Amino acid sequence: MAVTLAEPPPPATPAALAEVEVGHSLWQDAWARLRKNRLAVISGIILIAMSVLCLIGPFFTPAPDVQDLALYATPPSSQHWLGTDTLGRDLLARVLTGGRLSFAVGLCATFVSLVIGVIYGTISGFYGGKVDNLMMRLVDIIYAFPFTIFVILLMVVFNRSLLLLFAAIGAVEWLNMARIVRGQVISLRKMEFIEAAEALGLPKSRIIFRHLIPNVLGPVIVYTTLTIPAVMLLEAFLSFLGLGVQPPDASWGVLINEGSKSMEEFWWMLVFPGLALSVTLFSLNFLGDGLRDALDPKTSKD
Amino acid sequence: MFKFIASRTLQMLAVLAVTGTITFFLVRLAPGSPFDQERNVSPEIRRNLDAYYGLDQPIMVQYWRYFSKLVTTGDFGPSFKYSNRTVTEIISESLPVSFELGIYAMIVAVAIGVTAGVLASLRPNTMMDYVPMSLSMVGISMPTFVMGPLLLLLFGLQLGWFNVSGWSSFGDKVLPSLTLGFYYAAYFARLTRGGMLEILSQDFIRTARAKGASELRVVLRHALRGGLLPAVSFMGPALAGIVTGSFTVETIFQIPGLGRYFVTAALNRDYTLVMGTVILFAALISIFNLVVDVVMVWLNPRLKFD
Repeated sequence: MAVTLAEPPPPATPAALAEVEVGHSLWQDAWARLRKNRLAVISGIILIAMSVLCLIGPFFTPAPDVQDLALYATPPSSQHWLGTDTLGRDLLARVLTGGRLSFAVGLCATFVSLVIGVIYGTISGFYGGKVDNLMMRLVDIIYAFPFTIFVILLMVVFNRSLLLLFAAIGAVEWLNMARIVRGQVISLRKMEFIEAAEALGLPKSRIIFRHLIPNVLGPVIVYTTLTIPAVMLLEAFLSFLGLGVQPPDASWGVLINEGSKSMEEFWWMLVFPGLALSVTLFSLNFLGDGLRDALDPKTSKD
Repeated sequence: MFKFIASRTLQMLAVLAVTGTITFFLVRLAPGSPFDQERNVSPEIRRNLDAYYGLDQPIMVQYWRYFSKLVTTGDFGPSFKYSNRTVTEIISESLPVSFELGIYAMIVAVAIGVTAGVLASLRPNTMMDYVPMSLSMVGISMPTFVMGPLLLLLFGLQLGWFNVSGWSSFGDKVLPSLTLGFYYAAYFARLTRGGMLEILSQDFIRTARAKGASELRVVLRHALRGGLLPAVSFMGPALAGIVTGSFTVETIFQIPGLGRYFVTAALNRDYTLVMGTVILFAALISIFNLVVDVVMVWLNPRLKFD
C-alpha cells in the first residue's frame, strides 16, 4: 500500500533551486530591504486589514442606509460599535462602505494618472529633442494652473458623477508621474541594451513597451504608492466641501463633513471617520517611503 | 535676471488669460443659471435680470465685454448673488482676512517646519530625529478638515480655551492658523532635514569645522543657505495649498474670508464672483512662484536664470 512506502525525496522545486543560486534579483533585494523596515511592514499590514475590513465588513454589519430615528445619534455601544448618526444609521457600516468608495476613487484615479503619466513621460523621454521640448513645455504650462480650483469648478459645473471625479483627479495627478518617467527614460536611453534593441531593428513601439517601461517600474511603483494617498485626500477634500461624492452615497470625506457639523454633541461621528482616513493615509505614506528606500536606495532621503 | 523676470511675467499673463477664459466658458456653459434659486421669478423679471447682467447677449459678446472691462478698468463687475454689491467690494473686504490667515499659516509652517527639520538633521537617527519626523508624518497624513474640527472639539469645546468661531481677537486666529499651517510644517520639516543632511556631509562643512568654527556658526552661516533649498522650492506649492486649504479652514472656523466666498459662489453659480476669485487666486500663486524662483537663484547661484 502506498502508506507503507517511504517518503520520496522532495522534488527539486524551483524554490529549492533558487536557494542554491547566489544571485539576487533587484526585486528580491528590494523585498528584503522592505521587510527590514518595521514601519513599512506595519503600514502594509494595517492597509491590508483596512481594505479587507472595508471589503467584507459590510456583510456583517447592519445595512448602512437603514434609518431608524429611534436610534438618533446613540454613542458607541455593544450593538453599534461606533454609534449611530443623526438619522439612526449604523456608523460602523457607514465608515466601512465609505471606505470602499474612498479606496475605489483612490485606486481608479491613480490608475488614470498612471497610464497617462507613464505613456506621456516615456514618449517624451524616448524621442527626445524637439518632441521632448514641446511635450515638457506643455507639462510646465499646465503645471502653472491652479488645478485644485479647476477640479472644484468641474465638479460644480457638471453633474457630480463618480466617473467625472475619477477623470478630474486623474487628469491633475499625471503631471509629476510624466516628469519622473521622462527622467528615468532619458537615463536609460543611453544604455547598451536599448542600443542593442535598436540595432536589432525592433520597432519603436516594441522597444518602448518591452524594454523601456519594465525598467522604469521601480520609481513608478514608488510614486504610485504616494499618489494614492494624495488622490484619496483630494477626494475627501472635495466631498467635505460637498463637491465630491454625493449623499446618500458616503465616502470618508462625506462622513467627516457630517461629523464636523454635529461634533458639538456627537463626537463619535467626527472622530471615527477622521481616524479611518488618517490611519489609511498615514500607512500609505509610510509604505510609499519604505518602498522608495527599498527600490531605490540611492534617491532615498537619508 | 531682468530677461528672466520679463519672460516669466509674460508667461504668467498668458496663463492668467487662459485660466480666465477656461473658467468663463466652464461656468457659463454649465446647466443652471444664477437666478435658479430665486423663487417665483416671473418671466418678465427674469428677462430684466438677464438684460441687466448682460446674460441675454451671445456668449462671445459677454466674453468680450467682461474682459475688456476687466483689462481696461480692473472692474470685476457686479455680483449675481449679493445684490447691490460688486465683486471688487466683496474681494476687498474678504481678501485681507484670507491674507492674514495665509500669512499666519505660512509663519507656522516655516517656523515649526524648518526648526524641526534642522534639529532632526543635526542628530540623525536619534530620538531628536525620530520624534519630529514621526510627528511630521502624522501631520502629513491628517487632512486639515480632520485636524480643524478635532482641534475645535478639544480646545474650543472641551477645554474652552478658544472661541469656536469668529475672527476678531488674537485667540480666534490661533486654531485656524495652526490647522492650516501644520500640514505644511510637516512637509517643510522633511524637506529641510533632507537638504541639511546632504549639505552637512559636504567638504566645505568639514573645512568650516576644521578651522574651528562653532557648531552654531557652521549650521547658521554655512549649511543653512544650501540646506534650505528644497524647503524654499516647496514654498510655491505650499502657498497654492494654503490657498485651497483656506476653503476648508474658513468653512470650519466660519471665517469671513475669500476662500469661503469662492466655495459658496461656485455652488450658487455666481459667475462674476467665481471669475474674480479664480483670476485672483491664479495671479497670487503665479506671482509667488516667480518670487520663489528668484529667491532660489539667490540661494544657489549655480542655478541660472533660464
